[in-house]
Amino acid sequence: MILKGKVHKFGDDINTDDIISAKYLVSTDPKELGSHCMEAIAPDFVKKVAVGDIIIAGNNFGCGSSREHAPVAIKGCGVSAVIAKSFAAIFFRNAINIGLPFLESDAVDKINEGDIIEIDLNSGLIKNLTTNQSFKTQGFPKFLQELVTEGGLMNWIKKTGGR
Amino acid sequence: MGRTIAEKILLAHTDKKDIAPGQFIEATVDIALGNDITAPIAIEEFKKAGFSRVFDRSKIVLVPDHFAPAKDLRSANQCKILANFAKEQKIKNYFEIGCMGIEHALLPELGLVLPGDLVIGADSHTCTYGALGVYSTGIGSTDLARSFVDGKCWFKVPGSIKFIYKGKLNKWVGGKDLILFTIGKIGVDGALYKAMEFCGPVIRKLGMDDRFAMSNMAIEAGGRAGIIEPDDITKEYVSKFKRKMRFYKSDPDAKYDKVYEWDVTDLEPQVACPHLPSNVKPVSELKDIKVDQVVIGSCTNGRISDLRISAKILKNKKIAPGLKLIVFPATQKIYLEAVKEGLAEIFVKAGGVFSTPTCGPCLGGHMGILTEGEVALATTNRNFIGRMGSPKSFVYLSNPAVAAASAITGKITHPDKI
Repeated sequence: MILKGKVHKFGDDINTDDIISAKYLVSTDPKELGSHCMEAIAPDFVKKVAVGDIIIAGNNFGCGSSREHAPVAIKGCGVSAVIAKSFAAIFFRNAINIGLPFLESDAVDKINEGDIIEIDLNSGLIKNLTTNQSFKTQGFPKFLQELVTEGGLMNWIKKTGGR
Repeated sequence: MGRTIAEKILLAHTDKKDIAPGQFIEATVDIALGNDITAPIAIEEFKKAGFSRVFDRSKIVLVPDHFAPAKDLRSANQCKILANFAKEQKIKNYFEIGCMGIEHALLPELGLVLPGDLVIGADSHTCTYGALGVYSTGIGSTDLARSFVDGKCWFKVPGSIKFIYKGKLNKWVGGKDLILFTIGKIGVDGALYKAMEFCGPVIRKLGMDDRFAMSNMAIEAGGRAGIIEPDDITKEYVSKFKRKMRFYKSDPDAKYDKVYEWDVTDLEPQVACPHLPSNVKPVSELKDIKVDQVVIGSCTNGRISDLRISAKILKNKKIAPGLKLIVFPATQKIYLEAVKEGLAEIFVKAGGVFSTPTCGPCLGGHMGILTEGEVALATTNRNFIGRMGSPKSFVYLSNPAVAAASAITGKITHPDKI
């Protein structure tokens, strides 16, 4: 799968309260959650973001709470993928389980706010179309690829009945 | 080669002969936990996928605690989803507000999590039970939904980091200070994907409530678990429970990714400053930090010993004029003990409020939201931007003794100064 979009860049330790504040956790609706994505740290973000855009961040993206509302909000506001240097463990599994594409890569240092990038989820290749640079990242391990290919954890369990 | 506690517990819950860090495994859990924020999504996913019966109704625990007692109509609806599901599936371990508590204080109190267990919870502070020698970890709502189906969960086997604490703790210094100190040293991603193992002579002398406070905040360093090897103190805590349990110990030749060793003899109470739990300073370095609200409670520090130490400092004292003090015991049992022991009276006479158990203020849910410019000192676990309300408010984290002392002076204060 190839994804292409404009970059919105964030720093290190973007936590789940930054992504979606607890006061909105009375909803499970992706659109509603998406309309408040990143509100506390970047109030203009949802106004600027277009369908297909890509979030770029530093280390430990998604640290903090277990709220699945965080990756749901990111997906809900139209973001197609997240690339970060590293992800917090619960966010990592939530993103896999709900099918939010993401990649781990230090290439984020060479990608700027507003750049247009293209990512190939199968090969793990990131192309910065603005600067004409390419970066190779490690794809997912087999087990995780299987979950993603099946369309998330619940579809996988329905199909395989677990292991 | 030897194994760590984390590896032993995970292995015992698989059908494999061996596991190694980095490996993806499927394991069968002993308990799967959800709350009023995370379980509604899990229930929806479970039903949407076409399933109708949970795998084992005795292994699912549902606790409406975050926005309960329901703070508004929408949270009432979320709580109702849990109540209906519990009724429909005959889930015994569903706790209405009269018998509830903050999940991570309630489950150990009731013996629902015991040494050697593998526990998942759709709440990041599920790592709290590591204090009992449990491998417990936070997962998401979809993971919880899947566990409803077959009692299983996928795990990436974590490497372990060992933390050895030596020396003798000062008065007013406890588990909360040790974990804040640790996060301050290694950072909010210092244990990313790792199982943290807390050991050494200082841990062996630590009471269970202090151990829970430590394990509770393992996630604040990115840890998957915060495990303490069970000992006689653990044994005494769980002795009244009947379910099968197993006391695992790490092998002497177990492999650790890192080992930290600190002498904590001179450690003073620690305070995490806005806006990260790793932004830690000794309390004496914080001069003239004026506080508008003090919050004592939560799954980190809402246990009876936390309330006792706070009451000891607040006894026959008044809180600073204009300051708001909110004390919320973590469970109904602790609430009742605090009433019987006269602690509730001390808090109210000092000018504070004594609340029913809830996660409320800790996550900016209800019962003490901060407005723009307000500063809180809380015994909770996170001080992210906007965590307790306005993105323009400020949260400091400390132990209960520092919180109580600061409520009296209106500034962040070392308890020795009272």
